[in-house]
Amino acid sequence: MSDSEVLHAAHSLEYPYSRSVGPVIGAFLTGLRDGRLLGVTGAGGSVIVPPTEYDPTTGEDTGEMVEVGPGGVVESWAWVAEPHPKHPLDTPFAWALIRLDGADTALLHVVDSGGPDRLATGDRVTVRFRPEAERIGAMADIVAFVPEAGAGR
Amino acid sequence: MTEPGSTDERGTVTTLATPIRLDFDFTPGIAQSKFLRGLERGTFLGQRCPVCRKVYVPSRGSCPTDGVPTTEDVELSNSGTVTTYCVVNVPFAGQSIEIPYICAQVLLDGANLSFMGLLQEIPTDQIRMGMRVEAVWVEPEELTPSLASVKYFRPNGEPDAEYETYQEYL
Repeated sequence: MSDSEVLHAAHSLEYPYSRSVGPVIGAFLTGLRDGRLLGVTGAGGSVIVPPTEYDPTTGEDTGEMVEVGPGGVVESWAWVAEPHPKHPLDTPFAWALIRLDGADTALLHVVDSGGPDRLATGDRVTVRFRPEAERIGAMADIVAFVPEAGAGR
Repeated sequence: MTEPGSTDERGTVTTLATPIRLDFDFTPGIAQSKFLRGLERGTFLGQRCPVCRKVYVPSRGSCPTDGVPTTEDVELSNSGTVTTYCVVNVPFAGQSIEIPYICAQVLLDGANLSFMGLLQEIPTDQIRMGMRVEAVWVEPEELTPSLASVKYFRPNGEPDAEYETYQEYL
C-alpha cells in the first residue's frame, strides 16, 4: 500500500442491549410470538395497542389484556420508495399508523401494498405474521400489514 | 392484569434484544495517517508542537494547548514507562483477550502523551507503576497501518522509572 493512498477502514459500533420488557409489553410480545395481537384496557374501557402499563391519559394502572385485530384501518402513512438496509422490508413499503379492530389507539408498523398508488388513508389492512417457527416475541414477528382481501384498489 | 393465556412450554416473553449498531467508514486524516503508516513500518511516529515542544503520539495534527499545527514528525523509542494500569478480570461481550489481562498506559520515551496498550509476559500481580516496557510487533510481513501491528508490550528488564519522570502524565 503506498503512503499516498488515503486510509480508511470499516468501523462498527454496537451496543448489544438486552431489555427487560415487563409484564404488559411482555404479554404483548408473547402474543406476537403466538400469532395474536393484544391490547390492554385503559380508562373508560378504551383499548390501548400496543399496550402500556399505565393509562396515558389518567396515569392509572391498565387492566385486562384483550385480543384485537387481525384487521385494522390505516390512519396515516408515509411511503418509503428506497428502503434502507436496516428497514424491515427490502422492497418499497409504507410506515403506517394502524388502528386495529377493537383498539382505540394506533400501532406503528409497515404496510406492504405494492405501491403508493395502492394505499390510502382509511384503507383496511390485515396482519401478516412470520411462520410460527421463526417468531421470537418481537415486533418483527409481524412481517407487514397487507391490504385486506377484497379491499381491491 | 391477567396473563394472555399463552400456555406453551416456551413461557412468557421477558426480554427483548435491542442492539444499537452504527456502521462507519473511518478515514483517519493526515496526522493519524502518518502514525498508522509508522506502525506499518514497525515504528511509533509522533508530532512535536512548535510552541510548547511537547510530543504527541498519536498526533491529531494540532496542539490542544497552543492551538497550532504540529508539523515536526518525531520517531519515538520502542520502549516506555507504565504510568498507570488496569487488570481486567471481568468478561464482557466482544472480549478478544483471555482474562485476566493488563491494560496499561504507556509513556513512550520521547513522548509527552501516554497511550493504552496490552501488557503481557508478566503475571498480573507483578505489574506496577513505573515499570519499563517495550513494544512487541507482529512479524514484518504481517505489519499493517493499524494498532494490530503492535502485539503487546512486555517488561524490557530495565529498573523501574522514578516517579518524578512520569508524574506529569497520570
